[in-house]
Amino acid sequence: MPWNRRHLLTLEELSREELDQIHTTATGFKKILNRSVKKVPALRGKTIVNLFLEPSTRTRMAFDMAAKRLSADVISLDAKSSSTTKGESLRDTAQTIAALQADMIVVRHSAPGSPLYLSKILDIPVINAGDGSHEHPTQGLLDTFTMRERIGDLKGRRVVILGDILFSRVARSNIQALRTLGADVTVVGPSTLVPPYFEALGVTVSHNLRKALADAEVVMLLRIQHERQNAGMFPSIGEYTSMFGLNQQRAAWLHPDAIIMHPGPINRGVEIDSELADGHRSVILDQVTNGIAVRMAVLYLCSGGQPEYVTVTG
Amino acid sequence: MPSLHIKNARVIDPANKRDAVGDLFVKNGVIVDRLSAADKKKAKVIDGTGLVACPGLVDIHVHFREPGQTHKENIATGSHCAAAGGFTTVVCMPNTSPPASNTGTIQYIKDVIKRDAVVNVLTTGCITVDMKGEALAPIGSLAKAGVVAITDDGDCVQSNELMRRACEYAKMFDLPLMDHCQDHSMTVGAVMNEGVVSTRLGLRGWPNAAEDLIVSRNAILSAYTGAHIHLQHISSRNSVEIIRRAKARGVKITAEATPHHIALTDDCIEGYDPKFKMNPPLRTAEDQVEIIAGLKDGTIDIIATDHAPHTDYEKDKEFDYAPNGILGLETALPITLSILVRKNRFKIAKVVDLMTRKPAELLGLPAGTLTAGSDADICLFDPDEKWTYDARAGFSKSSNSPWDGEELRGRVKTTLVKGKVVYDGKKVRKR
Repeated sequence: MPWNRRHLLTLEELSREELDQIHTTATGFKKILNRSVKKVPALRGKTIVNLFLEPSTRTRMAFDMAAKRLSADVISLDAKSSSTTKGESLRDTAQTIAALQADMIVVRHSAPGSPLYLSKILDIPVINAGDGSHEHPTQGLLDTFTMRERIGDLKGRRVVILGDILFSRVARSNIQALRTLGADVTVVGPSTLVPPYFEALGVTVSHNLRKALADAEVVMLLRIQHERQNAGMFPSIGEYTSMFGLNQQRAAWLHPDAIIMHPGPINRGVEIDSELADGHRSVILDQVTNGIAVRMAVLYLCSGGQPEYVTVTG
Repeated sequence: MPSLHIKNARVIDPANKRDAVGDLFVKNGVIVDRLSAADKKKAKVIDGTGLVACPGLVDIHVHFREPGQTHKENIATGSHCAAAGGFTTVVCMPNTSPPASNTGTIQYIKDVIKRDAVVNVLTTGCITVDMKGEALAPIGSLAKAGVVAITDDGDCVQSNELMRRACEYAKMFDLPLMDHCQDHSMTVGAVMNEGVVSTRLGLRGWPNAAEDLIVSRNAILSAYTGAHIHLQHISSRNSVEIIRRAKARGVKITAEATPHHIALTDDCIEGYDPKFKMNPPLRTAEDQVEIIAGLKDGTIDIIATDHAPHTDYEKDKEFDYAPNGILGLETALPITLSILVRKNRFKIAKVVDLMTRKPAELLGLPAGTLTAGSDADICLFDPDEKWTYDARAGFSKSSNSPWDGEELRGRVKTTLVKGKVVYDGKKVRKR
């Protein structure tokens, strides 16, 4: 089956085959990253604009790196340097970028649905690099890539996502991809941050950490956002850590071969004990490395590349 | 002015329990029981065959944006939309720039109405100064200036104490209070109904409970002070039950529902299209069932549109940043007929009642009836005609309608105000 998507807006809309194609392509690119010359000419002559209207360091760096590994020219715009601070609308900003003859746009925006909106305006590919609390598709792709790399086929495997689920785009993208790949997903955390509506996405909602972690093969931690404390979502960071922080004792409830994941940035001693973050079960740094390969795959496929190409020549 | 003879229409006049094919007569702009033989001979005849003739529709919740936001709408164009939608009496909200919280602004609005409006346009004033929720507006002076109600519109008065005093004070002038029921502390940053859809889309949710709390508050304050509080655009199923119980105890509250809340649900927001963004937000099918049941048993008294124009460039934004509100006047009748009559088996006469006699009665307006001696404000519509609504070809300055480009069923053919044709099915008679 050929790849025929130009935009990557959500993981909700991707089929099992499409997820496989991205992961296969990423596997090919990952090999390239281990060479001494880490560059392929796949996107030579193409210009990719990273439009980051919300602060980001690691996602932006990874997209930058991925584009450069593919030999594309990259221009990055952030909220401060773009005209949005001067009152320009997203439509006008986007049309200006298109008029500058960019070949692709990677967008990070605080407003859910804005990548979809851009995809309707522009006739160049739009890649969602995180839209508010909605989705963060490349994060979900790199997370499931890392899981498959470590534990193999995800069908029927127990994956737990722990933390602030309500406001998390990482949780939503992972839920969508994991459900498509057949994993058995539980979301766990305080009831204020894990509302029952998530059941409709096909996951189990739990507030009982012990039950949720029992025999799980993957636990993914999400950052607890200090700023939410003021909103009264939970009493204090201290109470959160005492009830839901992952420590050695709780990690012992997991499946013996379980892996521990975190999209970063980590708050050591809050959602995860420091030694667990650095321990042998942690795959946190693999996630970062895989993030480049997966994003190379996404940029490559959405600019018209085909998955077979990489597996043959990569 | 020649007399008028509307022939052979299905005349529906809930105030007089009339629903039969027959004739209507108008002399000197007023409904009369019959015309003299001489008058009849000279009368202009309107053939009503196949049409319903009812009192001109009454909408007590519109935004005409004048003064200050006339790039979206003004009193002239707003009144043209009304005429085209079969409405002959409308009540404007005070959230203009500046807000209608002093008599000078009210007088200005009244002058513009006199100059520009083609239907009867009435005004409301603010409850608090500039709708800030801090100090009472000059309610007595506003009453004297002729407002028909007071409301802080979308800026629901949050202080229970201030609302209580507003109730007590307004009661002195027999002035109803209209309230958009929303607890702000529960809806910070909220842009759509809180539920399964908002969870999936990652949009901030506006829970039913935030409406239910203020509906309850208002029922309690109305009972305590005896003031009439009208609850605007009810969207939550629980609110319907709260209102039902309060009314059963004789509390002086009334309520409205909009065509969009009974026709559309939060599923529409799937594509993040701001033409489905309004406040209160579209809710679920379960909420709709209860609102429609409320309209049926009288818990919800009336239909009102919340006609809220915004320009293309204002609405064409990220969902989070687009303003709330949609056009309503030109689509209200066909949408309401489709949902209530065709889907929920209401009688046409019941829908006419919800859109004429009852809203007029609710505010004590001299409208909504075909009783002899009343102004000849009449709407003639074909309940079955199918047509495609093109918002850009419509009469508003804006085109923010979820029904733009949709086929609708039921069409206004003629609108008369004081016996004069203000809309003939194609054109509005402009001033």
